[in-house]
Amino acid sequence: MLTAIVVSDLRKTYDAVEAVRGISFAVRAGTTTALLGGNGAGKTTTLSMLLGVLTPTAGQITVLGEDMLRHRHRVLPRINFTSPYVDLPKRLTVGENLRVFADLYGVRRAPARIAAVAAECDLTALLARAYGGLSAGQRTRVSLAKALLNEPDVLLLDEPTASLDPDIGDRMRTYLEQYQRRTGCTMLLASHNMGEVERMCDDVIMLRAGRVVDQGSPQELLARYGREDMEQVFLDVARGRDAALRDEPAAGAGADGVAL
Amino acid sequence: MSAARRHIEQYGGSAAAALRVVALVRRHAYLLLKSWPRLLGMAYYPTVTMVLWAFVTIYLAPSSNVLKDAPGLFIGAVLLWDVLFRGQLGVSLTLVEELYSRNLGNLFVSPLTLPEYIAGQLVMSLLRTLIGVGGACLCAWLLFRYSIFTLGFPLIAFFANLLVFGWAIGLAVSGMLLRVGLGAEELAWAAIFLVAPVSGVYYPIGVLPGWLQAIAYLLPSAHVFEGMRAVLLAGTFPWHHFWSAAALNVGYLALGAALFALAVRHAREHGALLQMGE
Repeated sequence: MLTAIVVSDLRKTYDAVEAVRGISFAVRAGTTTALLGGNGAGKTTTLSMLLGVLTPTAGQITVLGEDMLRHRHRVLPRINFTSPYVDLPKRLTVGENLRVFADLYGVRRAPARIAAVAAECDLTALLARAYGGLSAGQRTRVSLAKALLNEPDVLLLDEPTASLDPDIGDRMRTYLEQYQRRTGCTMLLASHNMGEVERMCDDVIMLRAGRVVDQGSPQELLARYGREDMEQVFLDVARGRDAALRDEPAAGAGADGVAL
Repeated sequence: MSAARRHIEQYGGSAAAALRVVALVRRHAYLLLKSWPRLLGMAYYPTVTMVLWAFVTIYLAPSSNVLKDAPGLFIGAVLLWDVLFRGQLGVSLTLVEELYSRNLGNLFVSPLTLPEYIAGQLVMSLLRTLIGVGGACLCAWLLFRYSIFTLGFPLIAFFANLLVFGWAIGLAVSGMLLRVGLGAEELAWAAIFLVAPVSGVYYPIGVLPGWLQAIAYLLPSAHVFEGMRAVLLAGTFPWHHFWSAAALNVGYLALGAALFALAVRHAREHGALLQMGE
């Protein structure tokens, strides 16, 4: 199968802190892959480097066949993202924000595309409302609508449903699944919602202390760790119990098995 | 490689680049045009300052040969000074708005390139300057029957040189804001006043001490205001001041853009583009 994202020996060091310590992975085109790990595991740092807003200390990133460190502007029109670490201008309306980003991504017939995305994300009634006046859940939907404006081939999602109630969260997951089936988009997802990961993801990359400590499909990981659900697998990895369960020395874990 | 099936069309090449600059201008124009206090605020300070200097002129004119010969000296000076001020502010505030909105990450993961971002800043600066100074010019004519347009062609030369120098300082201040964060916002408002004493806005450069004159002539603004006085008092356009200002501006603009680019590179290396904000 074709790969949409290839990461090789990626490293990021801030002064004395090694946030990402030489990770390598590939994401198959048209699939959804989760980046899992506790706080500080390096998920957002990795996504930031994939997006080109954070310069790696070392390593290589190839997205859609382009070297992101040298030619990211060739591929950025075909990528998009959502992140809780950024926001949109609060005094602009939802429609105005979407128009600005439709233009930034060079979308032809922007008004029609905005209307379509707004309908898909249940935002039509909010288009004339100021973004700053929306609830956290509504803002998350606007952020997702922004990320879909250019119909990206690669979608990077950092906690995409974190602020959504179960109903809206489920709708957004359903929409993302339908969107992927329709467009063949590749998704890389950082999430702490293990139900979301089990439901949406074909592959999971487990990070701890800036290293990839395990990867495989959710089914493979459940079988490997002898667990019922991904939450238990997550806890095993986050607490450094993965090596014992896999009968290997723990990567990124101290001698007592506690994550560094 | 991708297995994606695309259903939408996107612009490419120079059309896409132009559209991205328009997008940035559109983002800030939405903000400006829907807020009458913002629009009024842009013209408020230059207008009040202009009125102040107009009354100073009325007060001093009977006892000043200089003001008898050129009654518009102070008003012209204050209006041109505001071109420099608004030009710088227009560039810096465009970045400040993004920092307050925590929108910088969205912009820099989009296809927007740094030169396009800077182009958008410069266009917004021009618009802010035209609105701010334009309002003050209108008031000068309505209240005092003074039209800065009587300067004729030299006005365009002065305006362009001051605007470009303002852009250069604005880009350098933008770089500082990216390095230091919003804690340095005051710089956006105050930085320009560092060059005011040596720009000779209201007095000839000749009144400065010799060593300060040497520094003053390294600034395009000093050449512009000397040029303005030559036009108003002697009726001649000093081309050497124009060319000196233009040449210096090339250097300052390149320096300002380089400092901003370095700050963006530093922000990329330290992860600040996604994290900077209020």
